[in-house]
Amino acid sequence: MRGILAVSLMGFVVAAFAADVGEIKVVRGAAHIERGTERLAVRAGMPVQQADKVVTGADGTVGITFADNSLLSIGPDSALAIDRYVFDSTTHAGQFDSTLSKGTLAVISGKMVKQSPEAMRVRTPSSIMGVRGTEFVVKVDDPKK
Amino acid sequence: MAVLALAAVVALVVLLAPAKPPNETIVVLPSADGHVGTVVVQRGDARQVLDRPYAASRSGQAEVAQLSAADVSQSFGSTLQSLPPRPATFLLHFVIGTDELTDESKAELDKVLGALRERPVPDVLVVGHTDTMGDRPNNDRLSAQRAERVKGFLVDIGIAADRIRTAGRGQRELLVPTADGIDEPRNRRVEIIVR
Repeated sequence: MRGILAVSLMGFVVAAFAADVGEIKVVRGAAHIERGTERLAVRAGMPVQQADKVVTGADGTVGITFADNSLLSIGPDSALAIDRYVFDSTTHAGQFDSTLSKGTLAVISGKMVKQSPEAMRVRTPSSIMGVRGTEFVVKVDDPKK
Repeated sequence: MAVLALAAVVALVVLLAPAKPPNETIVVLPSADGHVGTVVVQRGDARQVLDRPYAASRSGQAEVAQLSAADVSQSFGSTLQSLPPRPATFLLHFVIGTDELTDESKAELDKVLGALRERPVPDVLVVGHTDTMGDRPNNDRLSAQRAERVKGFLVDIGIAADRIRTAGRGQRELLVPTADGIDEPRNRRVEIIVR
């Protein structure tokens, strides 16, 4: 009986945290998060959720640490959507899909990629990258500018 | 009239011209420990494998290009500078059969505080592990309990409880690989990850 209670309590704790998949650690200049219909100014310590879109202005940069220790940053005039983020902290199974529609992105992959190569994918307007554990950078230059 | 016709033709050409796709560059970097991983780039039917330092995939180019550290720092300098601090990991061990930390591990707790002070908005992940004694579901439970116990120590030394998350990995990540059913103190450990 006590075991059942403990398990259900753990389930509750996991659910309470589930919406937050990462945290803003670094912010310089202008940046905001589009979350549903909301537009939130980015500040350090702010949680990041699945389906968020992080957008920087001409002087903005943002650094984010995710639950599995993946580290991401975006440079000025950039837009990064967190399409899907799932991570099991016991098994390290997960899936991390994001899309850089413009600007620059730097990535240091985390524990889920160590567990299953290509669990992390990054999309750009013309490419899709499968990440097998590494550090890399991506740039999408809008030719209209 | 002719001018109008010409304007119409120009407008039509502009409308019909396909939107120019963005120029894209993807570059693999050596990591801090010198290890280079792999990124596989799929662009339409073309597939490029980047597995050397500064190997680059560029839209419109079939061949993998070779860039330099200087190229990367010119195009990505401010982006790379905004990466969050790398997580720092500390290992705690217990005196066998007790929930007392060893003396070395008590000293590690001071280092944890040091790492917290270095970071602008620190959070802490506490991950418990077991050796291969006992069954796996029980080890999952035990490792989670160890992590919770260490969270208690961290709260006692002044770290806010809502900045600490815990996880139990059971026997999935052995520090010293062993067969099943082996009593190995080095595997009975808790990692504290400051981020």
